[in-house]
Amino acid sequence: MKTLITARGITKHFGATKALDGVDLDIFAGEVHVLLGENGAGKSTLVKVLAGIHDQDSGTIEGRTSLAVIHQELALVPELSVAENLFLNRLPRRFGFVDRAGMRRRAPELLDRVGLHVDPNAKVKDLGIAQQQMIEIARALDKNAGVLILDEPTAVLTDTETDRLLEIMAQLRHNGVGLVFITHHLDEIQRIADRITVLRDGRSVGVLGPRATTRHMIELMVGRPIDEQYPRARQRPGQPLLSISGLTKRGVFQDVDIEVHAGEVVGIAGLVGAGRTEVARAAFGVDGYDRGTVAVDGKPLPRHDVQAAIKAGLGLVPEDRKRQGLVLTATVGQNLELVTLANRDSKRLHDIAGKLRIKGRVEQPVKELSGGNQQKVVIGKWLLADPKVLILDEPTRGVDVGAKVEIYELINRMTAQGRAVLLVSSDLPEVIGMSDRVVVMAHGRVAGELPRGATQDQVMALAVQEIPA
Amino acid sequence: MSTISIRKYASENGALAGLVVLALVIAFMQPAFLNAQNLLNVGVQAAVIAIMAFGMTFVVVAGGIDLSVGSIAALAALVGALTAGPVGLVVGALCGLVNGALISYGKLPPFIATLAMLSVARGLTLVFSEGQPHETDEVVTFLGSNLAPMLPLPLLLMLAFFGITGLVLTRTNLGRRMYAIGGNEEAAKLSGIDVRRTKLWIYALSGLFAAAAGLVLAGRLGSAGPQAAVGYELDAIAAVVIGGASLSGGVGRATGTLVGALVLAVLRNGLNLLQVPPFWQQVVIGAVIALAALLDSLRRR
Ligand SMILES: Nc1ncnc2c1ncn2[C@@H]1O[C@H](COP(=O)(O)OP(=O)(O)OP(=O)(O)O)[C@@H](O)[C@H]1O
Ligand SMILES: [Mg+2]
Repeated sequence: MKTLITARGITKHFGATKALDGVDLDIFAGEVHVLLGENGAGKSTLVKVLAGIHDQDSGTIEGRTSLAVIHQELALVPELSVAENLFLNRLPRRFGFVDRAGMRRRAPELLDRVGLHVDPNAKVKDLGIAQQQMIEIARALDKNAGVLILDEPTAVLTDTETDRLLEIMAQLRHNGVGLVFITHHLDEIQRIADRITVLRDGRSVGVLGPRATTRHMIELMVGRPIDEQYPRARQRPGQPLLSISGLTKRGVFQDVDIEVHAGEVVGIAGLVGAGRTEVARAAFGVDGYDRGTVAVDGKPLPRHDVQAAIKAGLGLVPEDRKRQGLVLTATVGQNLELVTLANRDSKRLHDIAGKLRIKGRVEQPVKELSGGNQQKVVIGKWLLADPKVLILDEPTRGVDVGAKVEIYELINRMTAQGRAVLLVSSDLPEVIGMSDRVVVMAHGRVAGELPRGATQDQVMALAVQEIPA
Repeated sequence: MSTISIRKYASENGALAGLVVLALVIAFMQPAFLNAQNLLNVGVQAAVIAIMAFGMTFVVVAGGIDLSVGSIAALAALVGALTAGPVGLVVGALCGLVNGALISYGKLPPFIATLAMLSVARGLTLVFSEGQPHETDEVVTFLGSNLAPMLPLPLLLMLAFFGITGLVLTRTNLGRRMYAIGGNEEAAKLSGIDVRRTKLWIYALSGLFAAAAGLVLAGRLGSAGPQAAVGYELDAIAAVVIGGASLSGGVGRATGTLVGALVLAVLRNGLNLLQVPPFWQQVVIGAVIALAALLDSLRRR
């Protein structure tokens, strides 16, 4: 088999942090090589060293000439159009000017390849995060590189898009491209991996074959087995804590009724564009709405007023940690304190940081943390505020298996204390496994509600259902 | 001290290192620089810009800019001379409040809102002064005087404002909110921070500090003129940036700004002592600002 990239003994420090410690890695032509490891294990750092963004402290790399990388953090220009972003750096030119017509002609082809149907003239900032990710993928594909590295591309994708991406990856593999794939979704690994390099604390602790079991993968990466992936501990539901009724925003969502009781976890499932995030944001007061009411613990909230919502006991962990969740210029501690500025409590702060096992110091700039650990900071900020009702929008995006379970345990603790959780998630096993009831949304409406123990097929049947206008 | 902490110290205090080097070079070329009276002069000269720049630090940390501080200083000083010092302060804060309202409720970009205020406040100064300088009363004049020989009040005021700025930035909720808004306004909003109210405060503070700077300036000169403090906003911004703040927001410290203001004052003083012609002084100062910003961006990589 042809080896495309050979890396030997890669070591990389950030100050006192040893991010990589003597890692070896081979990438063959026509293979999908998965990098697996906990948050902060060094996966992204390895990718950045391969891509030449970071220089390694020691070690050698051969053969990284034809390389395309999709980084974990999106690298699109929000103010530019989809087409312009696709061809950024190599805008087609005519007579020295940007050839807009040519660009518009070629953009649909590229978008088609990833199955994305958006207007090439739309501004990227108006698209959802999943669509943005697909644009990144299309852009990387256009480079026709010999090695394609994908750092957690599926973290923000739904199943349909993930399927599409895995198909594309299989096709590329067939064409002899070497692929490096990072994901925390073990099922995806089982579907596509040829080899799995497991990283732990910056060291490569083993290379597994395509038939590795989930159990084996988890043990190797976490260092201990995990018995229950979705350890939901149910409570007897109390009085309603969050009541959304008749919520309508023209053209976005209609007549949405959702009630979450004390001690309950209610899930919201649905396809991208079903209006789940929009409902969550409207309920929390980030956006306005036309009709309907939102009440917390029986008290109606004013529209479009985040502070009032927080005061009433509502919290929202937003879906896009970088744009909506974190102050990247600030430290971990400062981010954790963002909601509770008025009554700071450094003991509880350290307590939460420890419970979430955030890999990083409280005084460290949050931008130095790995993606998954940043996500834990956003969640921690709200746990610190201890709201009556916490809305979680894709809370475990980019979080490793072990840390996911810890977040689920924290959800359990909240509900055990009589709090309520509204869980918006595109991760079907998660939303089914952790919710006491699942509300399925389609086309901006509630398509139905399923009790605990529903199957993925039942959820999907509701999610794709056509609703007459 | 380990190498790492030395490096950390140096990188966090790049401006301070620059100030020391600058002072040494000037002292070497013109020993009179080190004369105690001259050093006090430098401090007094730095005071006006520094006080203004402290207010600007709040604005810049929160991701904004305030171009109107020079004009507000002049207007406040004039009002102070025509009525009484405290009235000038109130007028300055009110101007800042208007800036804040235009920015947070009118959704104007800070650059535009404060550019408008730059013109309005200067215009009002010209109108009220009828183009003439006006003598200041004892209270205002006192601000620019010496408490005792070798103890100039402007210097003490600068240190007081320095202390206040440091406290506000690091020890108050308002300060934390400034960093949050400048670092990521969206995240700040979603965390329940009242972004609009906070901005109102920030620009009001900047206006207040500018007014104080204007009164100190008038006190030193014994009069408030229509052309006072023209262009000072640029020095204030330069001081903040030399001090390591980022114009894209979220980063900045009171110590940095103090050092930045001192760098400018030392440079001006040194160039005078070395008898560099005024036109060339401008060139050198511009070059130093560019150099400081360049060094800062290099060490951030
Ligand atoms: N620029 C940086 N400065 C300081 N430390 C860093 C920097 N980048 C990464 N690190 C540290 O290096 C370690 C490895 O981070 P990396 O981003 O490679 O993790 P990862 O395996 O990709 O994790 P995740 O699954 O959360 O994305 C972490 O401890 C992280 O805090
Ligand atoms: Mg990563």
